[in-house]
Amino acid sequence: MAEMHDPHEEVLLAPIERTGRGFYFAVACLSALILWGAIAYSVQFTQGLGVTGLHQPVGWGFYVTNFVFFIGISHAGTLISAILRLSKAEWRRPITRMAEVITCMVIFIGAGQILVDLGRPDRMMNVLRYGRYQSPLLWDATSISAYLTASLTYLYLPMIPDIAILRDRLAKRKLLYNVLALGWTGTEFQQKVLNRAIAVMAVLVIPIAVSVHSVVSFVFSMTLQPSWHSTIFGPYFVVGAIFSGIAGLIVTMIIFRRAYKLHYYLKPIHFRYLGQLLLIMALLWFYFTFAEYLTGYYGAEPEEMKIFWSKFTGPFWPFFWAMVLCNFVVPLVCLARLKAHTIGKVLIASLAIIVGMWLERFIIVVPTLSFPRLPFPEGVYWPTWVEWGETAGSFGLFALFYLLFTKFFPIISIWEIREGRESSVKEVEERIISYLPGDAEEKA
Amino acid sequence: MALWGMVIDLDRCTGCQACVMACKAENNVPAVGADEAKRGRVISWMQVLTETDEHHQGKMRFIPRPCLQCDDPPCTKVCPVYATYRNPEGTVAQIYARCIGCRFCMAACPYNAKYFNWYSYQKEAPGQNPDVSVREKGVVEKCTFCHHRLQNVRERALAEKREFNPSDYVPACAEACPTKAIVFGDLNDPASEVAQLAHSPRAFKLHEELGTKPKVIYLTEGEGGG
Repeated sequence: MAEMHDPHEEVLLAPIERTGRGFYFAVACLSALILWGAIAYSVQFTQGLGVTGLHQPVGWGFYVTNFVFFIGISHAGTLISAILRLSKAEWRRPITRMAEVITCMVIFIGAGQILVDLGRPDRMMNVLRYGRYQSPLLWDATSISAYLTASLTYLYLPMIPDIAILRDRLAKRKLLYNVLALGWTGTEFQQKVLNRAIAVMAVLVIPIAVSVHSVVSFVFSMTLQPSWHSTIFGPYFVVGAIFSGIAGLIVTMIIFRRAYKLHYYLKPIHFRYLGQLLLIMALLWFYFTFAEYLTGYYGAEPEEMKIFWSKFTGPFWPFFWAMVLCNFVVPLVCLARLKAHTIGKVLIASLAIIVGMWLERFIIVVPTLSFPRLPFPEGVYWPTWVEWGETAGSFGLFALFYLLFTKFFPIISIWEIREGRESSVKEVEERIISYLPGDAEEKA
Repeated sequence: MALWGMVIDLDRCTGCQACVMACKAENNVPAVGADEAKRGRVISWMQVLTETDEHHQGKMRFIPRPCLQCDDPPCTKVCPVYATYRNPEGTVAQIYARCIGCRFCMAACPYNAKYFNWYSYQKEAPGQNPDVSVREKGVVEKCTFCHHRLQNVRERALAEKREFNPSDYVPACAEACPTKAIVFGDLNDPASEVAQLAHSPRAFKLHEELGTKPKVIYLTEGEGGG
């Protein structure tokens, strides 16, 4: 690979080379959130889950909501990046790394929610010792750990050439970069192997990602409970996951574009394309939601209707309608026209969707549990400071992991941008010519 | 093999809650205190639910609800660690020492018959029944048809070198009921009272349409509406 010294590449290495005051300020803020979460969890660990707002019959609340939400966000990365890679979308180049890092970081946070939710976290290993594959929770454990492994591999592989650049250019962390670069020199053979490996992983990671949120939904849909026992929950959850994932990706991109001055790399066109993707997902999400609720309403089973009305007009109406506003109305208004003020509009839509998709998870988990079939005392769930702290701490931990990653590795793939400049322009031209009418040259 | 079941005659139930108290005393079910009770943390393996009668204005219906000991239990299906299972005699058991406290079984139970130890509720106190397993903080507990009584009766029969007599095995709630509304026994024995009552024209099961096949069977109120 010819060593082109693009002066703009310095921007990509700057966060790794130098650390400003902004970084320490961000770390301090995030640490405060994490501290809150840590205190909350230690209180819960010593005293029991009684310190939360959970009760009978609402045994699942914020933690399970967060679990579904965070695992959903994880679909940003690997899935989007794999789809864009496989479909040869050239605009992906500055985006894929950011997306993949979200996945890897957020899976830890998501899986951690289940641990926090357990009454006996000390017996977690029972899941391995006495694991029962008939339980959807085991499917979750399997699918999520497969996804984590695949995502870490899929993040690491395209990082190897970049780590080699760091190894050659930076004076610090010689050992780390030396080991992780695996002796990369950029020979033709190495590049062939790497591209092949990335392509294989990109194909492999898509079905795993789809399986992850399907089995997360199965935790609910495999029970007999009203509004959970639904056949579309698998695809509904996957669509919601990709939807919230793209929104999470956009927000991350905008934050780091500003903080690390990446304007040269992340242009409005990238946000416009992602915004269009987001709009499609908003429509798809609305379609699924509509189909799900109409089916329940039309059948009008009394148990189903209890839950239905609790969401539409009952105690959960503020959450339900806020969800519709955030996931459908705001994105539609913001994303319908993206010619001007692209980034601002996309940012507003994405923030709304992140809130809306969290509410969607909440509105799926809690109302069903709140209205038992038998004339059992009905409960209204409201979290205590413990759940708020744990949630804040989880966000803080995710952001801190992400921030630390950017101090060790370039957040935009340097070699893939180079590759784009050096060879893709020609390749794309040839590809387009091959689409045009002409004599087909079929290879036997 | 025996298939333990229960018939509860709603016509006879007066809602006196003797079954509830007997159950609590027998199984060391902790009292959580008024504040916790307000927050929905009451543990009551046997619970008398009240329902207004749709057909008779102003009338209440009392439904004593132990664990219904489903033959096809939705709770055991979802347990990730075999902490809850249907034992060969049809009782749905819970291994407190293995339960990881994920509360999936509670979410899956359509009858809300499972309870969680939100805090360390059980305390060393005089008058505790030594035959019952201890439940620690963070585990799910439930009605077991007073399974320890079955073990006691079996052991006594063995010690006395005689055949075990199924009618010796009676859970605390059935024993305490002053109106004999709760009848307990072997559903597999066609001669037993419980098996005969289970086929009464008044017999029904709670949410039978769910296919959970409960082994607690109710008898509706008679023509007078109870």
